[in-house]
Amino acid sequence: MPKLTIDGIEVEVEKGTTLLEAIRFLGIHVPTLCHNDGLTPLGACRLCIVEIGKPPRSKIVTSCTYPAEDGLYVRANSEKVIKLRKLIIELMMATVPSSKTIQDLASKFGVTQCRFEPEHEECIHCGLCVRMCEEQMMAGAIGFAQRGKDMVITTPFDKTSDICRQCGACMYICPCCELRCQGPNAETTVCNGCLNLEPPCLDTYDDKMCFLDPCAACELAGPFRSDMKKKDEA
Amino acid sequence: MKPKRTHILVCTGTGCVSAGAFDIMEALKTEIKKHELQDEIAVVPTGCNGFCENGPLVLFEPEGIFYRRLKVQDIPFLVEEHCLKGRPVPSLMYTPPKEKSPIPAMKDIEFFKHQKLVVLRNRGRIDPERIEDYIAFDGYMGLAKALEMSPEEIIEEVKVSGLRGRGGAGFPTGTKWQVCRDQPSTPKYLVCNADEGDPGAFMDRSVLEADPHAIIEGMIIGARAIGAEQGFIYVRTEYPLAVQRIKKAIQQAEENGLLGEGILGSDLKFTLSVVQGAGAFVCGEESALMQSIMGKVGRPKQRPPFPAQKGLWGKPTNINNVETWANIPQIILNGGEWLAGLGTENSKGTKIFSLVGKVNNTGLVEVPMGIKIREIVYGIGGGILGGRKFKAVQTGGPSGGCLPESMLDMPIDYESLKSVGSMMGSGGLIVMDDKTCMVDVARYFTDFLAHESCGKCFTCRKGLERMLEILTNICDGKGKEGDVELLEELAIMVKEASMCALGQTAGNPVLSTIRYFRDEYDAHIRERRCPAGFCKALITYSILEDKCVGCGACARACPVDAISGEKKQVHKIDADKCIKCGACAEVCKFDAIDKS
Repeated sequence: MPKLTIDGIEVEVEKGTTLLEAIRFLGIHVPTLCHNDGLTPLGACRLCIVEIGKPPRSKIVTSCTYPAEDGLYVRANSEKVIKLRKLIIELMMATVPSSKTIQDLASKFGVTQCRFEPEHEECIHCGLCVRMCEEQMMAGAIGFAQRGKDMVITTPFDKTSDICRQCGACMYICPCCELRCQGPNAETTVCNGCLNLEPPCLDTYDDKMCFLDPCAACELAGPFRSDMKKKDEA
Repeated sequence: MKPKRTHILVCTGTGCVSAGAFDIMEALKTEIKKHELQDEIAVVPTGCNGFCENGPLVLFEPEGIFYRRLKVQDIPFLVEEHCLKGRPVPSLMYTPPKEKSPIPAMKDIEFFKHQKLVVLRNRGRIDPERIEDYIAFDGYMGLAKALEMSPEEIIEEVKVSGLRGRGGAGFPTGTKWQVCRDQPSTPKYLVCNADEGDPGAFMDRSVLEADPHAIIEGMIIGARAIGAEQGFIYVRTEYPLAVQRIKKAIQQAEENGLLGEGILGSDLKFTLSVVQGAGAFVCGEESALMQSIMGKVGRPKQRPPFPAQKGLWGKPTNINNVETWANIPQIILNGGEWLAGLGTENSKGTKIFSLVGKVNNTGLVEVPMGIKIREIVYGIGGGILGGRKFKAVQTGGPSGGCLPESMLDMPIDYESLKSVGSMMGSGGLIVMDDKTCMVDVARYFTDFLAHESCGKCFTCRKGLERMLEILTNICDGKGKEGDVELLEELAIMVKEASMCALGQTAGNPVLSTIRYFRDEYDAHIRERRCPAGFCKALITYSILEDKCVGCGACARACPVDAISGEKKQVHKIDADKCIKCGACAEVCKFDAIDKS
């Protein structure tokens, strides 16, 4: 049984366990987006990155795909990891600003700026739908086509698929189209509705972690947001 | 076969073939027949000589006289003078730039003089399509010796040689073999990575075309050492000649009992087949390549498990680059110590580089590790084209870095290149002069990588896409303060948080150009000026009044009629109409066109 150190805690896990499973077993929070317990890990969204090894020879890997190996030294929320995660979330927000899942992540990690032109796309290519269709619905009606920046998720040759049963599982699992951000309808890409909720969990935890998962702040916020209040008073 | 008095070796690498080498060969044969010399003179097609810029190339042996840039109409005169009258033809020989007298012998030419041939030892010397030619130059001798050694001894010999993977990562080959050999699971597989996708690189193609049997021999030796029975050579389809030659070589090896069962009368069994890639750059990454061989989408996989543990069909697989495999027969034949005697402390042997860009002698060069970049660029390469100023050299393909003039005296090996933010890569060397804009270079390579990324990792796909967006803005004169810092942040994210070798190096072009050429970025953003005069949005063409004589050549050349002026009067460019094509500057004989 592999023995490893995660954030200073020694833990022994069963062979074949992934790092993410080991980290979550310890109750340490690592955000994920393309991960689902019922599907094979893909490592597409890169949110679950952790730092393994000791500096200066440490490297960043996705915990969902990396096996929990014997003697591994893991830091799930190191400074470097947090910094990278923030930038990844910022990029995601610029890609799909309407996703509530992503806006919640942004709030939780204190991403308060978006330096990129919003694209208003509907997809971040996390591949949840593709895997859901193939592995759980046993259909395999959709898949990835093209590569690089031209990559799309579609049916073969973009034609209506005979295999698709229109079960809707792909839509159910999608982090982008499953639920629009119903929060404050901010005019900019950055909603940060949750940030303005009192008391903001961010002030307390900032770079470490927020224990509210899923973050319900947004739904509660609405008219009670501090900036909204100010507007009303004015 | 009767010995002949002269062998005419015609280079038939892809470069020379596209310049008409096969026509030259036919013309030579016809002329020789006309003079009834066919019993005395043999015409032999050979693999690439590397001096591709001067093709088609022909070498007369045993005199060693070298002719270049031949045309079919030169052949009757050449055969008559050289073969019949015994007078070499100076006008068809190579004359270095700035010099007047031609150099007759190949060995005296600067381009060839400084090279050390190990992998390319048979280039321009044997007919790659004849196994007999390869055997005549000690071919398959390494294999014969390896069959008398135990697998452990073979691996030990490779370890002693200090050979490191030539595909770019530089992992010690002997160690890699050992790991694969130690796996209990069977069957085991061997793979030769010949999916060479870097723009401007053609080392692997050249080895495949010039000496395919060296790769096959290397792989058979590897099969004995590792205990594999099946091997694959993954070649990109864009190399038709290489595919044809390696397939023919495999067939010949099978016919001669070198592949199949009971190799050379021993109990060794090994089969080899060719798999053709479908044009994805990322398939050069080993795990993506193996996916592709198995008929799946060419997408990298998480390591561990490493290919040596779980590769093709979940079985131990050893994957090496073309150049690495081609080194093996030499190591076994001459001993590991021999190769370890070449190169530097941590990087042994030689390395093939494809020297391209703004140098006088472009082509393929094999040099010992540890050679200085200056020796390659100015010695072998013959200096910068047109006597211009050196600006940078890009090493290691699209995900390598651009090194400035101050690095010219740095020895080339795996460690030193990595320490300055570049990499060995597969061995591309792109030389750039002062007319090259470094921001545009970064933009070009980022564009390439953004298209060639497999797209799985969000960081690599989106990161590169956004970096390209920012770089394009800077080149278009729309750069903002803070763009460079954002670029740096993104490039580091792409490098750190992506999974495979493509993503983990994709930030290099941007990071290295920012590191060494930050002033160019600042000039683009702050002064809206392109110092190299390359970015179209940032330059304006005007006519210098004191130099213009009013000849009207520019006005005639202008495709959009943006230039007007009376005869013998100073002309003017209408900035609104000008499309900045530069046609006027090209035709002006008085340097009166100013680009700023």
